[in-house]
Parts: sequence; C-alpha cells; structure tokens
Amino acid sequence: MTDPNFVLAVPSKGRLMEQTMDVFADAGLPLKKTGHERGYQGTIDGIEHAEVVFLSASEIAHQLKTGRIHIGVTGEDLLRESISDPENCIDIMKRLGFGYADVVVAIPDCWIDVQAMADLEDVAVIFHREHGRRLRVATKYMNLTRRFFAQKGVTGYRIVESLGATEGTPAAGTAELVVDITSTGATLEANYLRILEDGVIVESEACLVSSRRADWFDSASEIREHIAGQLGV
Amino acid sequence: MPAETAQKFEALETQAAVLMDVFTQAGYEPVAPSIIQPADIFLDRVGEVIRGRTYMFTDPDGAELCLRPDLTVPCSRIYLSRHPEAGSRARYCYNGPAFRFQLGRGDAARPREFRQAGIENFGAPDREKAEAEVLSLVIEAVRRAGLENFDLKFGDLGLFLSLLDLLELPERWRTRLKHHFWRPDMFHELLMRLCAGDAAVASSNLRSVLVKLNADDKDDAQKIVAEYFEEKEIPLIGARSLKEITERLLDHAADLRADPLPEETAELIERYLAISGPAKAAGARIADLTSAANIDLGGSLQAYTKRLDLFAQAGIELATAQFSAEFGRNLEYYTGLVFQLEIPDFGPAGQVAGGGRYDGLLEDIGAPRDVGAMGSAIHTERLLAAIQGGGA
Repeated sequence: MTDPNFVLAVPSKGRLMEQTMDVFADAGLPLKKTGHERGYQGTIDGIEHAEVVFLSASEIAHQLKTGRIHIGVTGEDLLRESISDPENCIDIMKRLGFGYADVVVAIPDCWIDVQAMADLEDVAVIFHREHGRRLRVATKYMNLTRRFFAQKGVTGYRIVESLGATEGTPAAGTAELVVDITSTGATLEANYLRILEDGVIVESEACLVSSRRADWFDSASEIREHIAGQLGV
Repeated sequence: MPAETAQKFEALETQAAVLMDVFTQAGYEPVAPSIIQPADIFLDRVGEVIRGRTYMFTDPDGAELCLRPDLTVPCSRIYLSRHPEAGSRARYCYNGPAFRFQLGRGDAARPREFRQAGIENFGAPDREKAEAEVLSLVIEAVRRAGLENFDLKFGDLGLFLSLLDLLELPERWRTRLKHHFWRPDMFHELLMRLCAGDAAVASSNLRSVLVKLNADDKDDAQKIVAEYFEEKEIPLIGARSLKEITERLLDHAADLRADPLPEETAELIERYLAISGPAKAAGARIADLTSAANIDLGGSLQAYTKRLDLFAQAGIELATAQFSAEFGRNLEYYTGLVFQLEIPDFGPAGQVAGGGRYDGLLEDIGAPRDVGAMGSAIHTERLLAAIQGGGA
C-alpha cells in the first residue's frame, strides 16, 4: 500500500501568496501551480508525493486544526482566532518575517476620557445606564475579542460580527468600537479611530505551521524534516 | 455526561420525579421553559461573557438564538410574561436539560449537556424567609433523593454591598468598587490605585483640559471639551454624546484633586473579604471588625443573624455550615445570599446544588420594577453519581 500525499497549504492570493512563494523559492523549494494558472493546486519542485493546495488564510488555519493538511502558511491572528487549544493542535515551526499586522482594540478618537481597557469597563457601565444597551464591538475576531476582554476584566459589551469595512462601523453608528487588524494604522486614523494603550491583542505575522492532528506517515515526516532544513527552522 | 443508556436515563427520570415531588408538594408550580431561547436577552442584559459558554446559532430567518445555559433566565422570562407589572408573587420548579460549552467537549464533572432540577421564588416580601424556604427545600429534595452527607457553604454579597455603602468614599469610587467586585484581581488593583492616589488615567495632554473643568458648571465643562475637539480637529462620532464624555472627564478631574483612599479603609475592605469560617462565628467576626471601625452594618447584619435563626428553625444543620465573604465573587448575577451544597473531596463533581438571591435580574430583562428573586438548581447527574457512590 502506498502512502497518501503530503499536503502543504499556501495562501491563495495577494501579497501573502507571493511572499510565501518567494520564501519557498529562496529556500530551494520552488512551488509550481499545476494546470491552469488560476487553479488551486500545485507541487513542490523536486519533492515527490507532496501536494500543494492554495486556500484562503482562514481556511488554512481551520484545516491545520482538523489535520486535513500537514503544513500550512497563515497568519498568527487567524490561528489564535480559530484554535482554542493550540498546544493540542499545532506547532509554529517558524515566523516568516512578512505579513506583519496587529489585531487591536480601537475606539473613536473623541473618547478622550478613555485611554486603556480598564476605562472601557467604566464606560460600559455608564453607557448601559444611558442608552439601555451594551457597547457594541464590531469584529471578525469573535474568539480573540472575547478572550482578551475577559482577561482585561471587561464584560459590559456585545460583539457584532463584521466581515468587511469594520473600521467604518463607529461612524456609521452600527458599533461603538472595533477589534480589527491593522498594519500601518492609516485606515484606523482615516476613520477617526485610536488604538487603546493596552489594546494590542496579537502582534501577528505569517507563520509556517505544522498540524499535530494530521496523519504523520513516514514519508510525510521526512518531507517535513526536509522543508524545515531548507527553510532553516 | 448525558444519559447514553435507557437505564441511566430512567434512573435520572426517577430521581427527578422525587425532586419535583418535593417542590410541588411545597407549592411550587412546574414550568417547562423553551430550550431554545433568544440570544439577545442574554447578550444585551447579561453580557458577552455568556457567549463564551453558550451554544449560539442563527436560524434561517437570521434570528440569533441559543440553547439555554441555565434555567434561571428562562424562568424569569416566564414570570415576566405572566406578570408584566412584576407585582405578584410566584414560585416555579423545573427539571430539564441545559447546555454549556466546555473546552475539549467536557468531562463527567463538567458536561456540556446536563439536566437541572430547581426552583425559583419571585416577589416574596420577607426576604430571609424566602431564602430559608428555598435552601431547606433543596436540602430536603437531595435528602429524599438519597444523599446523606454534604457540606453547606455560603456567602452574602448583600453584606459587602452595605459595607461599601457605609464607607466614606466618593460615589464614583463606590460604583467602580461594586462593579469590580466580581473580578477579584481588578478589584484589588483598583483598591491599590485609589490608595496610591492614582485613580485618574490621563495623558499629560488631557491634564491641561481636566484642570479647567468645574463640576459645578457642567455646561461650561461641555463647552471646554467641545473647544478642545475643535482645536485638535477631532470629530464627534458614534453614540456617546459630548455630555457623556464630559461627565467622565469631570470624574477624572475630581480624581486628580481628590485625596487618596485612606489605607485603613482599604485594609478594612480586604480584611472583611478575608473572613471565612463556621457561620455563627463568622457573623461575630464581621460585627467585631465593623464596630471597631465605627461602622454599623445595621440591617444587613441583622438579616444575616435572622437568616441563620430561620435556617436553624427549618432544621438546617449549621454546626458545619461554612461562611466565606469571598464566596460568590465569580457568579455575576447574584446580589445577596449565595450557597452551594458540596460533597467534600470531590472537586467540581461534588458541587451537587447551588443557588442564591438575584434581585437585579428581572429589572435587567425588562421588568418595570425591582423584583426580589431567589432560586436554586440541582445538578442531577452529579447528584445521581454521588448517591450511587461511584463519584462522577
């Protein structure tokens, strides 16, 4: 009986895909798409029985958790968001030095009475009294938000899920504050938002990650060692 | 774990019938609230922490729903739908499943699906009497089910709230201390900050504004803040108004000028929270501690004593009952008496029943006035496991 293929997952678009391809090429492991240029499958040049799949970064985090892929490249923000018990699911093999971005708590700049997470809890109490509802936090990072707010002792809020243009929600009146990803802070600023002093939840970058839940048959383990060696893990 | 054999299910049902019989004999009306509940009421009123331990989902219409994490809020909703004026008394009992998210799908001691049997008592005029009634009924129920040995542990959040009310503190500090009571680490940190005279978190930039604000002239304060926004080109966005922002800046300004919290006051609070021991002796220690500080806890200390007397009259064994001033700090909606029946050395699996007073909840979910409420729930799988002697 032959082993199934080893599976490496790579982000399917944008800068994250290009930089991942570059890192592998520079390490002597060029990734090649098979079939159509816009297809989502490929190979690692020179390695047999290794399959490359191009997926969205959040899908990669999810499949690392379930073990359907052996190794993947994705952002730490997404790993922390989708995996509640990382020690049982994944190992971060290497931080790759690109795709830098922070997940942050940002409030309207006009909340000059608010500097830190502790203030937020006080504001939440007064807001509830004045408006009869909870502060709304717009985010796509529901789990990260909940864990971070709990850790900071902030409870008087509710999450509204936002899958796009999150920074615009306070001005639009659909949320009071946001938890969002930012690299330069320019979009936050343009929307009159400010990051809280202790409001950085994750300092994220692209990571090479191996799944603990995958089936590590002999040839898969060998390929992992090879990739680790080439990428200087 | 949920009953996975017909035999275990039957055993739970038989036990539930005994518990429910005790409750209905005492005049509690059986109710069966919906398992599926609107998520809004939990999220908006109880807060986001609930989402972390509740199974939530969206139905095809886009409505946000949840599987009930306990039966107290659902029973409170039944009360409110039957008595919108919230002026009547009502006593309900129930038996049915509840659902809570547990990391790693839970285990026998912390299952994600479990059956609760319990009672809720709304609008009773004599609070201590209602408390003694609920506690003694739950004790009778677990005894009738066959549980012989357990410890009673309790706390009293009402005592703590009155202690804070009697201390000489600015109102804004009192509100914050009360609010942080449920987060012991933050509470301690806040207390330290108040003592260090470091209550206001303000950047130096803001200090120049704060010193100009005068609490006696709120209109003028708002004008000063509006001018600051204009100067810094900060637009006012979102639901918080200029008035709300200014109010909090006035609090900051007052903190800047205020004397630090006296060390003795902080120490008194910490010493109170450290009290634990047999119920009667703890009462005496609370009285000693407060009278030494020239504070008369009055009504709430009398309530403590009266409650113990009523417990004794109801036949509750008090010699081994343990009071702890800290007990209940992790259960946010309780406001007065909190209690737990535990089997010693069993850990979480030994916590077979618990309950307490939750006076604010009805008003939080829409009642036009505050309704006294007292309830208790039995964790029926743990009870059965304890009685069968195998642990859980």
